[in-house]
Amino acid sequence: MQTCLVVDDSSIVRKIARRILEGLNFQVIEAEDGVDALVVCKRAMPEAVLLDWNMPVMDGYHFLSHLRRMPGGDSPRVVFCTTENGIEHISRALEGGANEYIMKRSTRKSSRPNSRK
Amino acid sequence: MNAGHPAIAIRNLPYPIREPPVTPPDYEYLRKLLKDRSGLDLSVDKQYLIESRLLPLSRKAGLAGISELVQKMKGGSADLTTQVVEAMTTNETFFFRDKVPFDHFRDSIMPEILEARATRKSIRIWCAAGSTGQEPYSLAMCLKEMGATLAGWRVEIIATDLSQEVLEKSKAGIYSQFEVQRGLPIQMLVKYFKQTGELWQINSDIRAMIQHRQLNLLHDFSQLGVFDVIFCRNVLIYFDQDTKINIFNRLAKITEPDGFLVLGAAETVVGLTDVFKPFPDRRGLYRPNGVRATPAKQPVAAAAAPKLAAMAGR
Repeated sequence: MQTCLVVDDSSIVRKIARRILEGLNFQVIEAEDGVDALVVCKRAMPEAVLLDWNMPVMDGYHFLSHLRRMPGGDSPRVVFCTTENGIEHISRALEGGANEYIMKRSTRKSSRPNSRK
Repeated sequence: MNAGHPAIAIRNLPYPIREPPVTPPDYEYLRKLLKDRSGLDLSVDKQYLIESRLLPLSRKAGLAGISELVQKMKGGSADLTTQVVEAMTTNETFFFRDKVPFDHFRDSIMPEILEARATRKSIRIWCAAGSTGQEPYSLAMCLKEMGATLAGWRVEIIATDLSQEVLEKSKAGIYSQFEVQRGLPIQMLVKYFKQTGELWQINSDIRAMIQHRQLNLLHDFSQLGVFDVIFCRNVLIYFDQDTKINIFNRLAKITEPDGFLVLGAAETVVGLTDVFKPFPDRRGLYRPNGVRATPAKQPVAAAAAPKLAAMAGR
């Protein structure tokens, strides 16, 4: 079974992503931020990473640049999934080694702190 | 705010709850009209489809409901009739829909055409139900990705559709965030689109590759000329068998003998006509059968020769 690492500070987003990915026969591992995610990747490289951009401690973009420099870090397919929908962010992500980019519908950022549990 | 939702939902229904469903005579009238005008072959149980598409339309026209709409149409309102026909068409489409046909286009169709047309250096492609443009633009992007291979080639892509409204959208090439995320790889979005706020417009050099024409597949389309490739996907499924056969026969007449026809995943010529034959191991891909509709004109010996050759080759 292939493994997908879901990196998002929102537990709700992680839960929804898990449900979808398990439906696609992925084994899902969760991480709350970039540092958390790097720890997971050091243990074992996942086949895929679903990655939020804005997170506390270490954001998705910095996680990606660390990941791509790790031994074996070029193998996971990295898919950003974020409300950062500007072309500048998308271009940066692709240059940083992202494979795909899902633009989420913009929602109020103010709802985010409550969503973390 | 949540407490208010049920009330809002009821008030926002597109029609009052006591609206009568479409009456049998109105349904029959619409069914026949749609069959004649667009080929749409509605089965007897599609009242819900009529209601969901035509109630909003009659509201917009300031009419009480479908009965009044039908009355106006019977009274000769050509404008309303056009609107009804267009509203009943299904314009569902997305970039690189089903993926496989575009793989075939790149890996099977184009290599053959590049070789066969090496002297003429021209290729003509027709998207026979181009809808809002995602299919013709997907083909255009495929061709762009081939880069220098096509340098010096004359490429024509003609996109037609029954509905003027969807053609206008196709011409503009402007898509929502949702639409550009259906099937389009992110690298292509970055490469071929420009972002304006929440919307994305496909670049003008790609737009310039497509010619748009309003066209009803029930009518003569021989004026479009002869094509190397015809994409006619997910439109014939709405037609009855005779209409399908009729369209296949006319498509065959404007397909180059070494050209290609690409159909939708749920469509086939098999069992309907032998003017096209399936391309081996390439699902959805068809080629003219060589044997044109007028075999009687050929001398008997010449007509027999290919068969003999085929038998000898076995």
